Amino acid sequence: MTPLQFFGEGLPYIEPFDCPGLLITIEGTDGVGRTTQVALLREWLEVQGFGVIETGWTRSQLIGRTISQAKEGRLLNPLTYSLLYAADFADRLEKEIIPALRSGFVVLADRYVFTAIARDVARGLDRQWVRDLFGFAPVPHLVLYLKIDIVELIRRVIPRGVIDYFESGMDLGLGADPYDSFKKYQTMLLREYQKMADEFGFHVVNARWKPERIHMRLREIVTEFIRQRKFSEWGRVAPSGPDEPKSPGGLFTRSAG
Amino acid sequence: MAQSSGELLLQPHTYPGRLIIVEGIDGSGKSTQIRLVQRWLTSLGYNVFFTEWNSAELVKKTTKKGKKNRSLTPTTFSLLHATDFAHRLVSNILPPLKAGMIVLADRYVYTAYARDHVRGCDRDWVRKVYRYAPKPDIAFYFKVPIEVSLKRITMTRQILKDFEAGMDLNLHPDPIESFRLFQGMILEEYDRMTAESGFVVIDAARNIADQQKQVRAVIETSLGTYSRKPRIA
Repeated sequence: MTPLQFFGEGLPYIEPFDCPGLLITIEGTDGVGRTTQVALLREWLEVQGFGVIETGWTRSQLIGRTISQAKEGRLLNPLTYSLLYAADFADRLEKEIIPALRSGFVVLADRYVFTAIARDVARGLDRQWVRDLFGFAPVPHLVLYLKIDIVELIRRVIPRGVIDYFESGMDLGLGADPYDSFKKYQTMLLREYQKMADEFGFHVVNARWKPERIHMRLREIVTEFIRQRKFSEWGRVAPSGPDEPKSPGGLFTRSAG
Repeated sequence: MAQSSGELLLQPHTYPGRLIIVEGIDGSGKSTQIRLVQRWLTSLGYNVFFTEWNSAELVKKTTKKGKKNRSLTPTTFSLLHATDFAHRLVSNILPPLKAGMIVLADRYVYTAYARDHVRGCDRDWVRKVYRYAPKPDIAFYFKVPIEVSLKRITMTRQILKDFEAGMDLNLHPDPIESFRLFQGMILEEYDRMTAESGFVVIDAARNIADQQKQVRAVIETSLGTYSRKPRIA
């Protein structure tokens, strides 16, 4: 077992602990089928005897409603938007994710801090500031990125009929036309995801594939990771084994000091 | 780490307005002093705007609820206050600074530096979270011994609020004792950032009028060339 690693300073008031669990995050924009893939992965893992807990990217008990209300009233600026989501994530992290990891669960996170970083950078915030903000977040063991191109994204999302105000970045003043704004905003998100995919070693899967094919590819990636890490049975890691998870050290460059 | 690295320090602003802030533990008398400053500057004809810590409607309910049912962790506590600050900065503090006004703030990011670290957050992390805030033109630190502040608070309202006593930290079951321990740690944090943040230290154990005289003298010198009808950004 290895201790959980963090992007930055972590949570200094929590004693370091061995992490028998596994943190798998699924990233991607709207319309890539994340929800379907999470459900399929969960079923597959449970069949094999792993305990699985799912978590999404919003709405903790503490802050969820505040975010909804603030969004409704359009009271948020990019900074408060970013900080509120960070607070919401911190709440779920400390109350759901970390306890689950400590007890040996596989945590499937439908979106993770990378989504927040992509959105915040698209909203004009300093990239390093946003990354520093999430210095308290654990580095996932696996990041599964369902990658799509803007053309296919538009083909899938637009027919749904309603373009969400924030999902189309209308708050950014990219233009009065929701379609143009959506396209510009999602293009910025895709660019930011790609930057992180390269930098942080995301496992990239083509989201144009059929759901079954994507699922089989995700199985391969997870199986390979578990094999390497000897994460064998429910909540247990084989005691021996030299392989450490790929060191993520320095992913989020820390300032000297 | 003894001190934060230079790049985590706040950067001076270039707005035509002026930003004056006060810091100090509860019961240091800083709020009284800044109110007197506001009266004085207004009477001289300056345009003054006042703002205080943790006052934005945006997260007020959440913070209150979280404090009440003790569901806040050090990190969520910190981030909610950071949200409050960011909201006030963008909506309340920057516009008057850009319009050339004098902004008076009762507590600023230094309160977060001290409290969040005492609650368990990493010092550098907190500084990074607030890195975008403009450096105040004057930061007064009202330094007072714990016993003096304790006496002031208990004289006026006899009851210590849970959070000013740091009861959530489980330092001591007795609120008075907990207050001593908690505010003592806050004092240490203020002391440690005094030099790097360029605090003007005021001996807050002295009487109100003497302190105010000193405060006004510092402001007068600093305002120097600042015009009552300043340019706008």
